[in-house]
Amino acid sequence: MIRDQGPAFLTDRIPDPGPRILARTEHVALTIRYRYTGEGAAGFERYHGSHTPEFLRGLFFSMLRIRRIEEEIERRYHQDQMKTPIHLVIGQEATSVGACAALAQTDLLYSSHRTHGNYLAKGGDLKAMLAEMHCRITGCVGSRGGSMHLIDKRVGMAGTSAIVGGAVPIAVGAGLAAQMKGEDRVTMVFLGDATTEEGVTSESLNFAALKRVPVVFFCENNFYSVQSPLSTRQPARDLHRWAATYQMPSVAVDGVNVLAVHDAAARAVARARSGEGPTFIEAPVYRLRAHGGSGDDTHTGYRHIAEREHWEAFDPVALFEHVLRKKDLLDDQALDGIERQIANEIVEAFEFALNSPNPTKEDLTRHVYAE
Amino acid sequence: MPWDEGLVNSLVYDAPDPSEGRIVSYVKAINEALTIGLANDPAVFVMGQGVDDPSAMFGTTRGLQHHFGPDRVFDTPLSEEGMMGVCTGAAMNGMRPVFMHNRPDFVLLAFNQLVTHAAKFHFMDNGQTTVPMVVWAAIGRGWGSGAQHSQAIQGLLLGVPGLKIVMPSTPYDAKGLLLSAILDNNPVCVFEHRWLMKKDGIVPDGFYRVPLGKGTYRRRGRDVTIAGASHAIELGLQAATQLEAEGISADVIDLRTIKPMDEHIILESLEKTGRIVAVDTAWMKGGVCAEIGCLAAEKGFHFLKAPVARVGLPDIPTPAGYTLEQHYYPDAARIAAAARSLLR
Repeated sequence: MIRDQGPAFLTDRIPDPGPRILARTEHVALTIRYRYTGEGAAGFERYHGSHTPEFLRGLFFSMLRIRRIEEEIERRYHQDQMKTPIHLVIGQEATSVGACAALAQTDLLYSSHRTHGNYLAKGGDLKAMLAEMHCRITGCVGSRGGSMHLIDKRVGMAGTSAIVGGAVPIAVGAGLAAQMKGEDRVTMVFLGDATTEEGVTSESLNFAALKRVPVVFFCENNFYSVQSPLSTRQPARDLHRWAATYQMPSVAVDGVNVLAVHDAAARAVARARSGEGPTFIEAPVYRLRAHGGSGDDTHTGYRHIAEREHWEAFDPVALFEHVLRKKDLLDDQALDGIERQIANEIVEAFEFALNSPNPTKEDLTRHVYAE
Repeated sequence: MPWDEGLVNSLVYDAPDPSEGRIVSYVKAINEALTIGLANDPAVFVMGQGVDDPSAMFGTTRGLQHHFGPDRVFDTPLSEEGMMGVCTGAAMNGMRPVFMHNRPDFVLLAFNQLVTHAAKFHFMDNGQTTVPMVVWAAIGRGWGSGAQHSQAIQGLLLGVPGLKIVMPSTPYDAKGLLLSAILDNNPVCVFEHRWLMKKDGIVPDGFYRVPLGKGTYRRRGRDVTIAGASHAIELGLQAATQLEAEGISADVIDLRTIKPMDEHIILESLEKTGRIVAVDTAWMKGGVCAEIGCLAAEKGFHFLKAPVARVGLPDIPTPAGYTLEQHYYPDAARIAAAARSLLR
């Protein structure tokens, strides 16, 4: 179910803080603490003109593919074959897909613990990802990383950190390297709302702005750090306004609207590529599952079921499907074909992972030190 | 720091005989290594708080920005963790950063990036990247440096796989080891000691390397082994001179690199002497002293004629005042006394 809803995104999303407002926040927390403030399906209109049908269908395919992969991982997780923590991106597909569509394969992406969507959207190999999650030698990092370290440098999935904020200065360093070597290469780093609380993020934004490093900070604001809401961690503020104080362009974009995400990312990437320096993008988006593991944990009480249901109405995959159908770019037959293709790929990839050999004792001692 | 210049000067050794070669100051030796590193490879860059200021990191970075430009030699914000991450990211992408700190105490602010990121990435991504970077800092001592400006943190890092740790004791080694560190494809910590930095020594002109992981004999003896690195070797050599007058001869082993540690040279000497005094500029517990002692017990037990002795810092933070400090730092006499006790 898709509802179009105003007011326009970005307009006074968070009111001035004050005693009255804080009291109201307490009340709202009982039901919906964080409300979707985008434009729903109507928000796609302004971006359609510039894209080919192939590009739009490609974005949808990528988003649906990530969704189905995540659902299958979730379905199988209790079987305990994947002995690795998982951080599902169900509900956050539009950010990975929209942002990565603005990057060239030679551009670099750094990421956090929530890597599945980033890795797949950047072009990472699914078989190697699932093999990694099954701790096999054929995994993308040979069973050394698990799901929090999905890395594939061949496609620019350059590094991840399971420490919140850990990848942020590293991405700035990667950008600095490209700048020093005169390479035409942009680096993007995905971070969450809690990452803006880490001191190292402030340090990284400051240095990136100072040196005009070709880097894009992409902040997925999903409002919760594990089960801690933003309101217990930060004063009421817009994260992108905070970032703007580091003297770089900083924008907010509807995180469930893949075209809006792509547009903002493309502008930031073009700016970085032309030597004008970093950009910060905040994309509010909702994690429809628990922080880690399979299933949703809303019932434990840290957020209200009404809030999740509110955001489920703006499911980024369903929303884009609705938009494409309305534009006659997708019908039942086409969707069936896509679903079948994805399902076959997933089955094949799981088979590959489960049939792959384990690493040996000799593998353990490799790559502790470089030659 | 200017206020301990006098103290440092008071410890300067007699200059070596000039007929043995070119005599250069310890600081100049480091400066030469950085100059050669920058000149030989455009991927090398030097950064740190104040590397371009008039004090020039004790003089070690003097003139570098003038020669190589502000893009390759630059001052940084006071953001130790962030800048360590920037070095890590740059190193993972084809650069060879040298990140200089006035004191190891400041490196503690950056442990998350150094320990959990720089040291781990090559392993975590299954060898897809290397992290060739140098983290340089000078251990302070004396004149009020106290608990927060004189920490020798090498012991905290000994147990971190993926790191290498270098601790030179001579100008020759300071240059040759730093050049090896810059050329190494791993994160390498170079911990200098402030009290060595006014020392002069014979330093070859141009490029040469002292290999990482190889110790050397500074003095040969029969009765006892004194093993350690950095300024502790200065004291060890003084102790050996005192002992010689009493008819006790000591092997003095300068490990030069404490991670990886040259186990072979320690065991070779221990086999001969049967007695070992482990010395370090840092705390005895869980550090270089402990590791040498453990090695002796684990792999050299059958050589031992006496218990292992350790001479390092007690399990106490460094006091600032000289009135307390005189009871805190070990000196040559303490090392000599430890050696003597093994021969009783």
